[in-house]
Amino acid sequence: MNVKGNVFKYGDNVDTDVIIPARYLNTSVEKELAAHCMEDIDKTFVTKVANGDIMIGGWNFGCGSSREHAPIAIKASGIDLIIAKSFARIFYRNSINIGLPILESEECVNDAEAGDIISADLSKGIIRNETKGKEYTTTPFPEFIQEIVECGGLVGYAQQKL
Amino acid sequence: MAQTMTQKILAHKAGLDSVKAGDLVLINLDLAMANDVTGPVAVNVFEKGNLTISDPDKVCFVLDHFTPTKDIKSAQNCKQVREFSEKHGIKKFFEGGCAGVEHALLPEMGIVKAGDAVIGADSHTCTYGALNAFSTGVGSTDMAIGMSKAKAWMKVPSAIGFNLKGSFKKGVSGKDLILYIIAKIGVDGALYKSMEFFGDGVSALTMDDRFTIANMAIEAGGKNGIFVADEKTIAYMEEAGVKEYTTYTPDSDAPYEYVMDIELSEVPYMVAFPHLPSNGKTAEEAEALSVKLDQVVIGSCTNGRITDLRIAAEVLKGKKVKDNLRVIVIPATPKIYKEALNEGLLNIFMDAGCIVSPPTCGPCLGGHMGILADGERAIATTNRNFVGRMGHVDSEVYLASPRVAAESALTGYITAPKN
Repeated sequence: MNVKGNVFKYGDNVDTDVIIPARYLNTSVEKELAAHCMEDIDKTFVTKVANGDIMIGGWNFGCGSSREHAPIAIKASGIDLIIAKSFARIFYRNSINIGLPILESEECVNDAEAGDIISADLSKGIIRNETKGKEYTTTPFPEFIQEIVECGGLVGYAQQKL
Repeated sequence: MAQTMTQKILAHKAGLDSVKAGDLVLINLDLAMANDVTGPVAVNVFEKGNLTISDPDKVCFVLDHFTPTKDIKSAQNCKQVREFSEKHGIKKFFEGGCAGVEHALLPEMGIVKAGDAVIGADSHTCTYGALNAFSTGVGSTDMAIGMSKAKAWMKVPSAIGFNLKGSFKKGVSGKDLILYIIAKIGVDGALYKSMEFFGDGVSALTMDDRFTIANMAIEAGGKNGIFVADEKTIAYMEEAGVKEYTTYTPDSDAPYEYVMDIELSEVPYMVAFPHLPSNGKTAEEAEALSVKLDQVVIGSCTNGRITDLRIAAEVLKGKKVKDNLRVIVIPATPKIYKEALNEGLLNIFMDAGCIVSPPTCGPCLGGHMGILADGERAIATTNRNFVGRMGHVDSEVYLASPRVAAESALTGYITAPKN
């Protein structure tokens, strides 16, 4: 699977409370969640994001609450890939489980700026910053997790394998 | 092969002799739990996938976050989970006067115990590690599969050991210790790892201290926090009606990435400043900065237990909270509420000018029962001080122990207890 889009860049420790504040957790409707995605740290995100865009964060992306509403809101906003230096573990699981691609690359995050065009080959874990003309290789998921992804997420995996 | 406590439980639950850090294992669960925020998403996933429940006794719902329901949408969410529980014969469904903050409720009801493997669609599920259980927070899809199959996949974590020595100075508590540790190792200092607590200092900690400490393992990025079991653990479980349990200790050469020795007597009163739990200062340093407060919250899955309320009442007894300060006390469960009532603590709080709230997560996550306006500041015994956590994006939350929060309630400024 290949993705290509505009970069939205944030810092370290982006927590799930700012990705989707608790005041909106009285719904689980994807589009309603997406309408408020990131608004406490970036009011313009939802007005600028387009399908296929890419979100970039620093260390410990998605820390805090286990709310799956957070990756759901990001995915429903149109983001096709998150690249971070590292991910908080529950957010990491949730992203895999709902089929939102994530990659870890410290170098790519350091180089990228908002508005850059980035493309990625997800099966190979190769990221290319088209604007900067640089390429990055990331460690692919372990086989077990790739299997979950290939089954279309954890539900598909459970139906087929458990 | 030498193993940590967490690794021993995971190996047992995976049907293996031993496991090591990095192994991916499928474990059998003793319980999968969710609440009124994460439950509906799990139910949606469950129903969309046409899943079935293998063992309804291993599924639990606690409606505690936006309850008593704060608006129509929250009421709809609770209704969805209630109907799902009825349809599938889920007996461990708690709401209304049977419900309290989930991570205080399940241990006191004896639903979680030493040696268990528990997942919860709530990040503070790691609380049950205080009982020598493996418990960890997950999302709603993991919850859906957990309630369907009573299984979950886990990457076996490596671990940091915390060797606790001695005892606290009078008044210092588990909250101060965990804020002290997070200030040292950072909000991702234990990312993907277990935080394992052992040493002679454990016996000096109350069970409520241990719940507070295990509860906040996630604030250091940890997969779980876990304590060795001792007489206090056993006594707690017996009082909760637990009949059978298995305790685990780490091997003497368990593969810890490192072991941090902590002299409990050196732990100061702590306050975590906005907007990360790792922004810790000593309460004395905090007091010197003259931080004026609009609200105080004493409650939550972190510090809403009876010991916490006793400490707050000891400070507030016969006194008045500062004018124009809202001081909200939230007993975490109906049992704790009743104990506080019978012990006269609620009278002390109300005479001091506090609000006593029904059990709920409420303001901790900015739900209801004490939301902050722009520019307002709260000191809270809760667990997170992220941007906008308790309300307006321009409000601030300072994390502290019940004693520091209660002292601050008297002055209207962050105040260090004077022993």
